[in-house]
Amino acid sequence: MNLKSIYQEVILDHNRKPRNYGTLDNANHHAVGHNPLCGDRIDLALHVEGEHIDRIAFHGESCAICKASASMMTATVKGKSRSEAETLITEFREMAVGNLDLSGPHHLGRLAVFAGVRDLPTRVKCAILPWHTLQAALNSNAIVSTETAEDSIHAANSKA
Amino acid sequence: MKIVDALLDMNTSPTSELAARYRADFPILNLKVNDKPLVYLDNAASSQMPQSVIDRLIRYQTTQHANIHRAVHYLSEIATREYETARRTLQHFINAREDREIIFTSGTTDAINLVMHGYGRKFIQSGDEIILTNLEHHSNIVPWQMLAEEKGATIRVVPINDAGELLVDEYEKLFNPRTRFVALTHVSNALGTINPIKSMIAFAHQQGVPVLIDGAQAAPHMKVDVQDLDCDFYAFSGHKLCGPTGIGILYGKAKLLESMQPFKGGGDMIASVTFEKTTYNTIPYKFEAGTPPIAAAIGFGAAIEYLSKIGLDAIAAYEHELLNYATEQIITIPGVHIIGNTRTKVAVLSFIIDGVHPHDVGTLLNQEGIAVRTGHHCAQPIMQRFKIPATSRASFAFYNTKAEINTLVEGIHSIQKVFS
Repeated sequence: MNLKSIYQEVILDHNRKPRNYGTLDNANHHAVGHNPLCGDRIDLALHVEGEHIDRIAFHGESCAICKASASMMTATVKGKSRSEAETLITEFREMAVGNLDLSGPHHLGRLAVFAGVRDLPTRVKCAILPWHTLQAALNSNAIVSTETAEDSIHAANSKA
Repeated sequence: MKIVDALLDMNTSPTSELAARYRADFPILNLKVNDKPLVYLDNAASSQMPQSVIDRLIRYQTTQHANIHRAVHYLSEIATREYETARRTLQHFINAREDREIIFTSGTTDAINLVMHGYGRKFIQSGDEIILTNLEHHSNIVPWQMLAEEKGATIRVVPINDAGELLVDEYEKLFNPRTRFVALTHVSNALGTINPIKSMIAFAHQQGVPVLIDGAQAAPHMKVDVQDLDCDFYAFSGHKLCGPTGIGILYGKAKLLESMQPFKGGGDMIASVTFEKTTYNTIPYKFEAGTPPIAAAIGFGAAIEYLSKIGLDAIAAYEHELLNYATEQIITIPGVHIIGNTRTKVAVLSFIIDGVHPHDVGTLLNQEGIAVRTGHHCAQPIMQRFKIPATSRASFAFYNTKAEINTLVEGIHSIQKVFS
């Protein structure tokens, strides 16, 4: 693993200038993602109209990897349908734990810059947390944590 | 605070690099991480093991292993003798009156839990108060909260100032007739602050209140004399003193230990068992149920012998020199802030870099082969006090060098460049 594969310019840029950062008026889906081990906290709000995520915003305290992941996630899923978002959540998780062959078919596009976290087991949770939070928000769960027993991030990590 | 004054005095006189003499004893320090020489600055989490301790563990496992205190055969006698020798080594290390005041535990956390169950559950009742400090790590908070919840007792917390020092006046004000126990860390794991425990213990005793000292971060860095401190309990772990994991001790005054109920029931902690009634063994065996980690205890003894040969005063003086050097380097870097600025510190440097989350700091330093701890250090109340989510913590041992601190400083500069 080399440093450039994770702290590359696109990630640093999203960390410096996170897209869709802030709160959302009239959100109809909301979730807070929390990693108690490092204190990362992502507060995610969505407005879903029919099947489409038409608006999305996040705020919170987190490391660069988590914040950039959240920023790029919001930029990617905005305007997409629920099922498209679910596909991205699955593919992103699989990529982060090294189970996705990026040379094969996938929908991740620029999100593939996060592939490097698979070599940093302690940072996989940082990258996945926003996506985990998105899934919780779509399912209307209020709070998710990376450390709960039924947590899918644990399951994902154990595969890594 | 005699120890601290001595440290500050020594700081003005030149100390040769202890690392030059002892580094070669630690095989792991030759490791390369990411093709760079390992710079191990996470000693507050766990220190490394010298060859003599590794050899001692091998000798035990190769030629001495058997269960202890049970059989009459040769190996059992040898293992028992070595295990009890380790206990006496620990006794002398902290100047306990008797070897039966040393109980082997699995570590500091286990030792504190032993006191909570053995002393707390017997002597602390509904409406009683337990005093903790804002500097405690979770191991010296959670067991007392569990007890308080079970008994209907109350936790009172000694606040700290912006330098990370306990407000001793506030501590004294917390005492009232309902105060039953004080649990207090000798040294803060997150900030390095050395607390004035001797006077705090004396004050508690004036009110008739016993005191437990969490010595996990103090024992590796300074001479501890439990009789001089007059603490009632003192706990620390082997793996922070160049020994194995899974072993630690609880020192307790014999009278108190005798008054306590056993924490765990099982073999070796009994005098006799029938289905009608069990009578308990004497201390320390009353608190060592089941087969203990025999090899780890013997390895712990070997580690203490190793450290004692170097001398805790020499270690303290050299580590203080390292801390001063590192502090001078790091405070000159714009955008870097040290959390915990008391003059009376062990060699722990907790810092934050503006605009960079500590976890990113940790990952980027790791790329340079530098191991620091990042996070809340299992001391979330301290982080809340300073309104930060986490810090990066470089913690030094006597085998670290000023050259390694220079590597850390270069690492910080390059992180700032990446995030600029």
